[in-house]
Amino acid sequence: MTLLKVENLSVDFPTPDGLVAAVHETSFEVKRGETLAIVGESGSGKTVTNLALMGLIPARTANITGSAIFQSHDGPIDLLAIDRNELRKYRGKDIAMIFQDPMSSLHPFYTIGDQIIEAHQVHNKVDLKVSKARAIELLELVGIQGAATRIKSFPHQFSGGMRQRVMIAMSLVNNPSLLIADEPTTALDVTVQAQIIKLLEDLQIEFKMALILITHDMGVVAGAADRVNVMYAGRIVESANVKDLYANPLMPYTQGLLASVPRMDQPHTKRLTAIPGQPPSMIALPTGCSFNPRCSRKSEVSGSKCETLMPELTQRGDGHLARCFIGEGV
Amino acid sequence: MFAYISRRLAVSLIILLTVSFAVYVIFAFLPFDPAALTCGKNCNDPGIIEANRHRLGYDLPFFTQYFLFLKGLFFGRSFGEGAALINCPAPSLGYSFQEHACVTNLIGEALPVTFSLAIGAIVMWLALGIGLGILAARFRGRIVDQLSTIFVLIGTSLPTFLTGLLLMVFVVIRWHLIPFPSGNYTPFLENPFEWAQILFLPWLTLAFAYAALYTRFVRSSVIDTSNEDYIRTARAKGLSEGVILGKHTLRSALAPIATMAGLDFAGLLGGAILTESVFNLPGLGRLAISAVVKYDLPIIVATTLLAAFIVVVMNLIVDILYAYIDPRVRVA
Repeated sequence: MTLLKVENLSVDFPTPDGLVAAVHETSFEVKRGETLAIVGESGSGKTVTNLALMGLIPARTANITGSAIFQSHDGPIDLLAIDRNELRKYRGKDIAMIFQDPMSSLHPFYTIGDQIIEAHQVHNKVDLKVSKARAIELLELVGIQGAATRIKSFPHQFSGGMRQRVMIAMSLVNNPSLLIADEPTTALDVTVQAQIIKLLEDLQIEFKMALILITHDMGVVAGAADRVNVMYAGRIVESANVKDLYANPLMPYTQGLLASVPRMDQPHTKRLTAIPGQPPSMIALPTGCSFNPRCSRKSEVSGSKCETLMPELTQRGDGHLARCFIGEGV
Repeated sequence: MFAYISRRLAVSLIILLTVSFAVYVIFAFLPFDPAALTCGKNCNDPGIIEANRHRLGYDLPFFTQYFLFLKGLFFGRSFGEGAALINCPAPSLGYSFQEHACVTNLIGEALPVTFSLAIGAIVMWLALGIGLGILAARFRGRIVDQLSTIFVLIGTSLPTFLTGLLLMVFVVIRWHLIPFPSGNYTPFLENPFEWAQILFLPWLTLAFAYAALYTRFVRSSVIDTSNEDYIRTARAKGLSEGVILGKHTLRSALAPIATMAGLDFAGLLGGAILTESVFNLPGLGRLAISAVVKYDLPIIVATTLLAAFIVVVMNLIVDILYAYIDPRVRVA
């Protein structure tokens, strides 16, 4: 069952220096209950894709085109076409989002209880007591000890990991069918990272919700994701089941990403390989394949095809898509 | 919270003592003989001067004088003896021989005027500054914002004495929009309508200058806060733009305004010298200025001390208020 079907999503930001094509004709699907990981370097369009779906990019600052059909509680809606005011009914209810930095994502002047209760009250016409009970229930669920008293605490009285748990509790308060987690562990300690990811996995099963996990941690992807979209310079460059992707990465960028992760099954003396160069400027993308200036395998393609033509995202087997001339049409 | 307030009170007390001492030092070591000044312009009789000196206690050692001044604040003080006995009950700030009155009484007459001026002005400038600031931030780059920029530019560049005179000339004399302020300051309790009528232009004059500053400050504060992550969170929850602005953005954006307004209000209570002079209001500013011109030292000491007292107390109030607004301050 497809929960979200995104087609040809493009997001352009007009700037004084030129048009920034942050996301370019991106299409993907999320099925009910599955975890889609979106990976890529900073500036590859991961976050912008999801902010666009949530309607959180100010309309005046960007040109957003394409469609995103979402199965909401009252039927399918197009997240990109629907009136912003109308979208509010679904935001925080059907689709919830948690952000990268839990230290700044909670309002410093309101208790966490107030903030969670508010999230419940917006979408439910119920007594405050009901919302309060719900807030306590969720805080307990995300592992906050003594939730009944802790709801009176302010965000600054929590650690980073605890704040992210509060954010998760707040996002789940209305039983969303889709949770977008934008680098939920980047700002946290490594030990806490694992706990938060485990918590998200457990809650995903309990709430039967789909999860879009934005990350640049390939280790997290391997453990948590069902499918993976690899993004580079605003485009999806590879998309596959997590097993296929790790077993058989097709795009040189994906191969580079995987080679740069330390692995337990490799001798510890082996040096990690880095992808040479920098991500391209989004204003002046290289002609041809955006990755070609950094690609170590472009000599395998005849002529100067990589420098002149943008490869298409093509099928390479069961549900495995890649955007590369290497192995195309084999 | 209680410990916080007690600690702040103790600190405030120390500050006030220090200020009073510093002011008294200036008073004592100015190159004027207060005893000679009390005797009038053409007074050359050393006998009278010495008698005055004794009557006022200026012949006593410095620290004794300072101590008597402090004591007078709490227990009142009398000057001279016999038939010429003058008694200034607590809190006594001294006796002005040029005005022939206890300084406390002079201040008691001037303070309500200045307070009336300040309170009306702050209400006006907060309403105007915050309102316009929010509008400018909300419609950034559009016509409202551009108009507010013009207002800010004019408001901050015009000095209050010019604004006051211009308002007088155009609003009252040329356009007859409001009647000419008839006569003197009328206390609020006597006739509220006349009180407001006389103070309206002074309020407008002060409010104009302050509102311009506040507009600019509120605008940038609201814009900064709108870019905070927690505002994005509020939006992601599905809250309406009205709730996001009213509850989430403004609470943070206006918190520093409370501090600013408190201190500006305190500054005005110390005496709005220019505005009071332009509109002929018998407030603290005018009292201080005329005292400075006449070297009326007891009044200078008293008005300086009062201004310091008001600033310290307003600071305390603002800090307590801020702790109420921002929970992060409470534990500190």
